[in-house]
This record gives sequence, structure tokens and C-alpha cells, in this order.
Amino acid sequence: MTPRRKRMWIIALCVLGVGIAVALILTAFNQNLMYFYSPSEVARGEAPGNRAFRLGGMVVKGSVERGDAKDLTVRFKVTDFAQERAIAYRGILPDLFREGQGIVAIGQLDAQGVFVASEVLAKHDEKYMPPEVAQALKDGQASKAAQP
Amino acid sequence: MNFAFLHKYASLMHFYRLSHTLTPWLAAATLALFAWGLVGGLLLAPTDYQQGDSFRIMYVHVPAAWMSMFVYVTMAVAGGVALIWKLKLAEIVSRACAPLGASFTFLALVTGSIWGKPMWGTWWVWDARLTSELILLFLYLGVIALHGALDDRRAGARAGAVLALIGVVNIPIIHFSVEWWSTLHQGATVSKFSKPSIHIDMLIPLLVMISAFQCYFAWSLLVRVRSEILDYDRNASWVRELGRAQEAGR
Repeated sequence: MTPRRKRMWIIALCVLGVGIAVALILTAFNQNLMYFYSPSEVARGEAPGNRAFRLGGMVVKGSVERGDAKDLTVRFKVTDFAQERAIAYRGILPDLFREGQGIVAIGQLDAQGVFVASEVLAKHDEKYMPPEVAQALKDGQASKAAQP
Repeated sequence: MNFAFLHKYASLMHFYRLSHTLTPWLAAATLALFAWGLVGGLLLAPTDYQQGDSFRIMYVHVPAAWMSMFVYVTMAVAGGVALIWKLKLAEIVSRACAPLGASFTFLALVTGSIWGKPMWGTWWVWDARLTSELILLFLYLGVIALHGALDDRRAGARAGAVLALIGVVNIPIIHFSVEWWSTLHQGATVSKFSKPSIHIDMLIPLLVMISAFQCYFAWSLLVRVRSEILDYDRNASWVRELGRAQEAGR
């Protein structure tokens, strides 16, 4: 084996070794790398009960209830299309917060199983289009729904 | 296979002379593509249906993030070639990549943060995508530091190349982080295997901006490599002659 070939093998093995080590570490810490829990995971009791965690999901259409002038609490539900979870939040919602939009909330479950959020972040999706196209898509879906 | 013919191109003197004609072309391509991409992206592209005009920051953010990974792979490949074949030119290329890549990474992090505040509602979160991109910045800084840490330039290049190669494991992590784990950062908009989920009028300026960043990288890398070559070979007769010719021309 020439020295050059030897160096090639040493480098290849080092990169492979580091790759395997990192893959094992990431697998071991998989749960900690998840940025948020889904409503299904919360329903299965996988989320921590005694400390704050993040809950992510889609805001259920028609579920947003804003409180009156004295009570600024916003109540809504999030879903992962399998389970739903009620969220109560007092504070300023981000611009992109709307029904049907993905969000991530930070908070804790109360005794009734309602997720009391201290912060709500909007999760943007990867779709970009002009308003006219979005409107056309919406109209297309509405006409499809209208047909029997 | 015999690669002896490549030695000519790997020689610092030949590379310096050959690259001379390339630089003005790359500079012109960079300027033209930036002009097209910036006007197309910031003025002509339609506004987004949800984000309005704020989405336009992606015309800087996406190319910068893409380049942060592209430059890293270039740096690591050049570092590997430098370690295996002990080519001076590869050492110089690997060293010249590091500050450029660090700047692209920094730009991606800053523009993402500026976009994140109004859209997500926060400047920064420790999700897998953002954290792995921050680690990439630290890897670049480590490579820069290792290159400068040793008095012997070639020993420094070897140390930097080793870190660059080890850090390459971070590149697939950055790319797939949005698929492997739940993250606040959205998934990929433009991918090779499926139809991009972006309107064509918004996509074209984005692709132009990515090519503009690519050309800018190639141009500035070449300029850096050329000046490094002169410094590296400053005692060689061809550089002395070059110096004398410039003196005479003045």
C-alpha cells in the first residue's frame, strides 16, 4: 500500500467513524431534539406533566375564542389530525397566527388538561404564492366542495 | 490512471497565470446576476399571500444558507485532497474558503433572525435546524483558528483540513433536520425530487440569486487564492520577476 493510499483509507475511516458516532448520539437524544410534542403524544402521556414543554399543531378552524375587554385570554384548539388539545393564552399573537395555521406554544398542562401557554410562535409552511393564486386555489376548492 | 498532466494545473505558478483571465468574467457574471436577481426579487416578484413583502428576505437568506453548506463541502473536499495528495493549491483553496463560508453562515443566521421576529414571533429558537446552522458557524471559526494557530503554514493547513473533514458530518444534519425532527423552521421549498412549492414568478429570481451568490463565491475565492499564492511563493523566482515587472511598469 502506498502512503498516499494509506492516508486515503485513514481519512475515509475517520469520517465514517465520526459519522457513525454522531448518528448514534443523535438517535440516543432523539426525543430531546424534537422541538415540540404533538397533541397525540400529549394524549398518550409522553409529554412531561410537571414542567413546561412545547406543543405544536394546526389551529382548528372555528375554535378561536377571544375573551372580552377585561379578559384578554385567547382560547383555541390545536390538532395533528388525530388528537386535539385546548390551549389558553394571554398575550400578543404573532402576525401569522390564524385558523388553519401551524403554531408552536410553550406552556404547561393544568389540572383540567388545558395547555396554558406562556408564548405562542407561528410555524410557517414552505409554500409561497401570490395572493391571486391563493384566492384562485381557495375558489377552486370551494367549487369542488359545492359539487355533490 | 496517470494524473501527471494535472500537476501542471496544480502548480501555483500555472494556476496564477491561468486564473488571470477568469477573474474579470466571474466579476461581470456576479454583477449581472445580482442586478437581475435583486430587481426581480425585491421589486418585480409578486407579494406573498400570507407574509406580504416580508417574504422577500428569502432572496438573501436562502442563497446565503445554501452557500454556507456548499462552501463547507468545497472546503472539506479541498482539505481532503490536501491531506491525501499534499497539494499546496488544495491547502490554499481550503484555507481561502473558511472566511467566505463563515460570512455566508453569519448572513443566513442574521437574515433568518430578522425574518423570524415578525413571522414566528421570536428572534431565535433552539430547534434542530437553527442549532445545527450555528454549529456550522463555530466549525468555520474553528477551521480559521486552526489555520492561524500554527507557525508552520502547512501544518496549520493539515490541522484545519482534519477539522473541516470531521465537521462534514454536520452538513446532512443541517439539510435533513427539518425532516428528521419536529422543528420550528419550515421544510425545504425547493427540492430536487418534487415540484417546488413556490410560484414560478417567485422561484426564478430565487434561482438567479443563488447563481449570483455562486458566482460571487467563485470570484472572491479566486481573488483570495491568487493573493495567497503570491504570499506563499513570495521567495520563488517567478513571483520576484512579477514584482520586478510591476516596478518597471510603474
